[in-house]
Amino acid sequence: MNTKNQLYNYILEIADDSLILGQRLSEWCGHGPILEEDIALTNIALDFIGQANNLYEYAATLSENKITPDQLAFLRVDNDFKNALLVEQPNRDFAYTLARQFYFDAFRKLFFEKLIDSKDEQLSAIAEKSLKETKYHLKHSSEWIIRLGDGTEESHNRIQTAIDFLWKYTNELFEDNQAYTEILDLELGISVSALKSTWLEYVHSILTEATLTIPNSPFSQTGGRKGIHTEHLGYLLAEMQYMQRAYPNSTW
Amino acid sequence: MSTKEWPLWEVFIRSKQGLSHKHVGSLRAADSEMAIENARDVYTRRLEGVSIWVVESKLIAASDPKDSDAFFEPAEDKIYRHPTFYDVPDGISHM
Repeated sequence: MNTKNQLYNYILEIADDSLILGQRLSEWCGHGPILEEDIALTNIALDFIGQANNLYEYAATLSENKITPDQLAFLRVDNDFKNALLVEQPNRDFAYTLARQFYFDAFRKLFFEKLIDSKDEQLSAIAEKSLKETKYHLKHSSEWIIRLGDGTEESHNRIQTAIDFLWKYTNELFEDNQAYTEILDLELGISVSALKSTWLEYVHSILTEATLTIPNSPFSQTGGRKGIHTEHLGYLLAEMQYMQRAYPNSTW
Repeated sequence: MSTKEWPLWEVFIRSKQGLSHKHVGSLRAADSEMAIENARDVYTRRLEGVSIWVVESKLIAASDPKDSDAFFEPAEDKIYRHPTFYDVPDGISHM
């Protein structure tokens, strides 16, 4: 793979994380526990879809084939998506949604903070813009973890269950992909494995404040970056891509 | 499921530097932090403001509509309280 090709795939990975999580969050639209939180979750969903759009647009300019951001989002099959398994996990309930969000936001903030230093100007600019949004997302999800953990017995148990269940999907976020060695060497992209200890420290501090037990199971699920997904992604794509599949090239 | 409702908060937004905070509405939130974040999401998503104040609605003391005849009506016939009885010299604009 040449550098341009590596960069293309590298950007798709970041974009897919944003798109899939944005789509998941948008499922809350009209179903939030209260009106204010409904709007908050859909605002965040739109931030993610905006990030995905910026990244797909940039990736499209690097592609050897003539491809559009819409084609990248709506016409790829599940094995083409390179998002982490964490972001495709279903919403289940509010606790699961916020636990997933918390793990991911904490990772994403560190990720964009480093990606700002990318030697690729476009990527650096997208990281800078996205970081502002991500800081707010992390504040929002961290406070909910504390609120639910240190809340009632019911909320404490539910968020603990979600935090424990999703733990196995967190390690994948910190696996450096061997396919991108050139991207790292040229300092276009960043090493995610180097972010893990800072991430752990932050997650521990919030979980402790939330009176929650920190998961320590060493078992982890991986595969998303290679296009090997959990069963949930197919259903998500079926819903998200339905219009373009049923009415090819339709626009509004 | 709990039927307890979160407290009501009044939201004030400063639309830009130099202007005062204006009341824009109310919302429900469990604590002040959450109230500010909810206000950010509900009331400033179209760039409406640069600063947010929230105050719990129950902490606001308000005049009683029953008292409005004693409170407000006496001002009705006191037009001399408006500075409209001065002759403005020619050439002064924006008055």
